[in-house]
Parts: sequence; C-alpha cells; structure tokens
Amino acid sequence: MQYLLLIYANEAEAAKMGDAGRKEMMSEYQTFTQSIIKSGNFKGGDALQATANATTVRVRNGKAMTTDGPFAETREQLGGYYLIEAKDLDEATAIAARVPSAKFGSIEVRPVMVYS
Amino acid sequence: MMVALRRERGMRREEIEHLFRHDGGRVLATLIRLVGDFEVAEEVLQEAFAAALEQWSAVPDNPRAWLVNVGRHKAIDRIRRQMRLRAKRPFLEAEAALAGDALPLEPDDDSLSDDMLRLIFICCHPALNMETRVALTLRAVCGLTTEAVARAFLVSEDAMAQRLVRAKAKIRGARIPYETPDPDRLDERLEGVLAVIYLVFSEGYAGTSGESLTRENLSREAIRLARLLDELLPGRAEIAGLLALMLLHDARRSARASAEGDIILLEDQDRSLWDEVQIGEGLQLIERALRAPGRPSSYTVQAAIAALHARARRHEDTDWPQIVGLYEVLMRLSPSPVVELNHAAAVAMVDGPARALDLIDALIGRGELEAYHLLPAVRGNLLSRLGRREEAKSAYTQALALAKLEPERRLMARRLAELD
Repeated sequence: MQYLLLIYANEAEAAKMGDAGRKEMMSEYQTFTQSIIKSGNFKGGDALQATANATTVRVRNGKAMTTDGPFAETREQLGGYYLIEAKDLDEATAIAARVPSAKFGSIEVRPVMVYS
Repeated sequence: MMVALRRERGMRREEIEHLFRHDGGRVLATLIRLVGDFEVAEEVLQEAFAAALEQWSAVPDNPRAWLVNVGRHKAIDRIRRQMRLRAKRPFLEAEAALAGDALPLEPDDDSLSDDMLRLIFICCHPALNMETRVALTLRAVCGLTTEAVARAFLVSEDAMAQRLVRAKAKIRGARIPYETPDPDRLDERLEGVLAVIYLVFSEGYAGTSGESLTRENLSREAIRLARLLDELLPGRAEIAGLLALMLLHDARRSARASAEGDIILLEDQDRSLWDEVQIGEGLQLIERALRAPGRPSSYTVQAAIAALHARARRHEDTDWPQIVGLYEVLMRLSPSPVVELNHAAAVAMVDGPARALDLIDALIGRGELEAYHLLPAVRGNLLSRLGRREEAKSAYTQALALAKLEPERRLMARRLAELD
C-alpha cells in the first residue's frame, strides 16, 4: 500500500535557521532518505521551493484565474513530500515519525487511492 | 436480531441475546481476522446469531467456535456470490484463505483472546478521533447496540451510525492494521486504550445528567473492559491501577446522591453504603500495582488516594498528610491544574485553610481553570472556614454561575443559603 507523507513546517521559522542548522538538516534528510531507499519503502520524494514562489490556478465559469501564493493562509506550509510503500498505517506512521521535520513541523500521512 | 421466527422448543431469544452481549465481541474479533474486513465481519456475525436463533435447541459445547464457523461459512458464501457476479480471480485467493484447513475448526481460547486484544487495539487506534474510539469500543468490544451507544452520548442514532461507518471506512481505506502493537509501541498504545476506558467510566460516573441508568451502565462497561484487558495482558501495573481507581470510585456510587438526586459530598456520605466487596478488590489491585517495578502510573496514584478515603471508617479518620503526599507525586507524574486544585483542598485539611487559599489564588493568578466551577467552590469553602463570609458568598455565586449540571447548581445554592 502506498502513502504520501506531506511535510508541513513553518517557513518563517525555517528561514531563521542559520547555515549550520540548514546543513545539519540536509544531512539528516540524506541519512533518512538513504535508509528508506535501503529498506525498500522509498517510492519518490522531493523538497519544494518556498510558498513565495507558489502560484495558484483555479477555473471558474470556464475562466482560468491565476493568483499569487498558496490556496490558504496556514501556520505551516507544505515543504516537501515522500511517496512510500508500507504494509499498513502503523508502518507508515513509524516512517513518518523519522522524517527530520517531524521534530518541529508535522507530517500528514495520506493513503494513496487505489482504483479497483 | 433479524430473524423473527422462533422454534417452539428452541432456546429463548433472551438467552441468545445474552450470549451476544457477552461473547459477541470475541466472536467478532476472530471473524475480523478471518474475513479481513470489519464491516463484513459484523454482517456475518449478525447472520451467525440469526442462524443460532433458528437452529439451537440448547447451547452447543463451544458456542463461540460454532458462531465463528457459521460466520466464516457465511463469508465464504458471500465471496462465492460475488465471484459469480463479477467473475474476478482475486476472490479465489480470499476464498482459499477463508476455507483453508490451516484454520482451526474449533478455535481454542488462546487465539480468541489474541483476536480480542487486536479488536480492542484497533478500536482505540490513535488514527481515529477520541469520540470515535469510544463509540467503536462500546459497539464492537462491549456489544452495545448502536442505539444504546447513541443514547449514552446524547446524539441521534443516525449520527452515531454515520460515525461508526466512517470509522470502518478509515480502517479499511488507510489500512489500520488488525494487530496488537509492536513491543516498542505497546506502552504508548496501551495508554491510549486506558484513556478510552477511563473516559467511558467518567461519562458514566458524572451520572448527574441525562438518563441516570444508561450512564451508570457506562461505568459498569468501563470496569468490565478493564477486567477483560487485565485478563488479556496480565501483570500490567497500569491496568491494575486503573481498574482499582474505577472500582474504588464506583464503590461510593449509592452514597453519592440523595434519593432526591442531590449531591452528597465525601465528608457527609453514609460510609455504610459503600460497596465493601468492591473496595476490597480495589485495595488488592493497588497492592499489586504498587509492587510492580518502575514508577507508578497516574491511575495507580489516584487509586491510592481513593484507597485512603475508602480505608477511613469516618471522615475524621482520613489520613490527609499521606493524601497530600500522593497529590504531590501526582503533580510530578501528570501535572494539571485540576490536580493542583485537589492538592490545595487536601492541604487545607493538614495545614489549614489559609495556606490552601494561597495555593488556589496562585492558580487563579495564572489564569487556570477559569470556567471550572469547582475552583470558586473550593475557594468559597476555604473563605467561609476563615470567617470571610462576604468573600465566600461571592465565590459561591461565581461557582453557581459556572456550574452546568442541575445537582451541582443546587449544591452551590445550598452553600450560599447557609452563609446567609
């Protein structure tokens, strides 16, 4: 079964992190990613650029509207994701708990829809 | 039950319904494992009981095994029907798994117990919200009807049915495992189960609103659940502690309210009405919980406090210094403003009302418990003992305004009247 781990954290807080902190975070992410590749749980994943570079598109009455920024103002922003394979929700949440950002942000675990 | 027919010489419907209440949870637990789906298992369980109602003239030797087997065959029938309808291959596999001879035909009690534990842990899974955990546990583990669960939580039967359907959809959709947690997660998950049980108990114990009978049953269900858990996971101190806590509180039930439904405080209760048998069992359980290695759970400490009250023949015999000490332990184990308030009330019995008042005013200074009527109520009591009548009256007036339940409001009004 596949789960998408959506990594949410406060961008403003992350921006305050110094170079040393950022470097340490990168290395923690590398270690984590390698470990889930090795265990066979990794299916994909990326970090995202900040919401300052985000654009939202919606179509209303046949007309596309393009606006600046994410859809909603929230305290935490989507900053990246992993797509993982796990046998059940307990395995997925155990992996989510190891995502480095889980220590200060939050990881939403969403089962991927299966069409049968 | 769906079957209205009853054989003339057949068993009485009530006997089978009693069995359903008592053993339905265990049978369901095994069927979920065999069938692999909560909802289908519930349906075939209903069908198995309907079959029992039709076929039994006496209870078979192993009624649980009979019901599991019939339920299993009903599930196989369903799969065959679906295969005919859809002609899909994957069902063959599911059928083979269900019909396989690897399955014991007479499930022994051990495997039934393991399944029951799985059922409890899935119903109390942290991926479900608290209300849903409570509802699902009462429905699936305790075998209460959806209607009874709805009535206990003062929601409509439709709303409750919807909540249960959504829970099962999440179990299936997110694939919440039907397993007892790994050893490294067991403590944390068990804590979650105990929280559900204590919430069920507290709902029942608050018993001063709604239909008193239904609520009293909730406390009984909580005690039954804790006993079951203690049997399934033997030797866990935190389970013994919670069970002791509930038994000791519940033992005072008939002394807690007058015939008119007015609250009788601990100091005024007729202690001969306390349930001695339940107290005895509670005291034994605490001994067991306290002997266990490691630091005691907050339930055990709360139970130890309740035990000191239970041991006092008269209110004036209460060992207050030890109660104060236990509240101090509790403040370290699980700090909360409510614990601090109780601690202050106990301090008043040892060091006098002035010292307790300082503690309470410190709580108020931190802006804690602003909407909790017992804070001004305790404060009013201390002030009146200090002879500060006007201030006591204003505290009780505040408590009266905050109290929501009728018996609590009447008690506050009585206290106010006494000060006039």
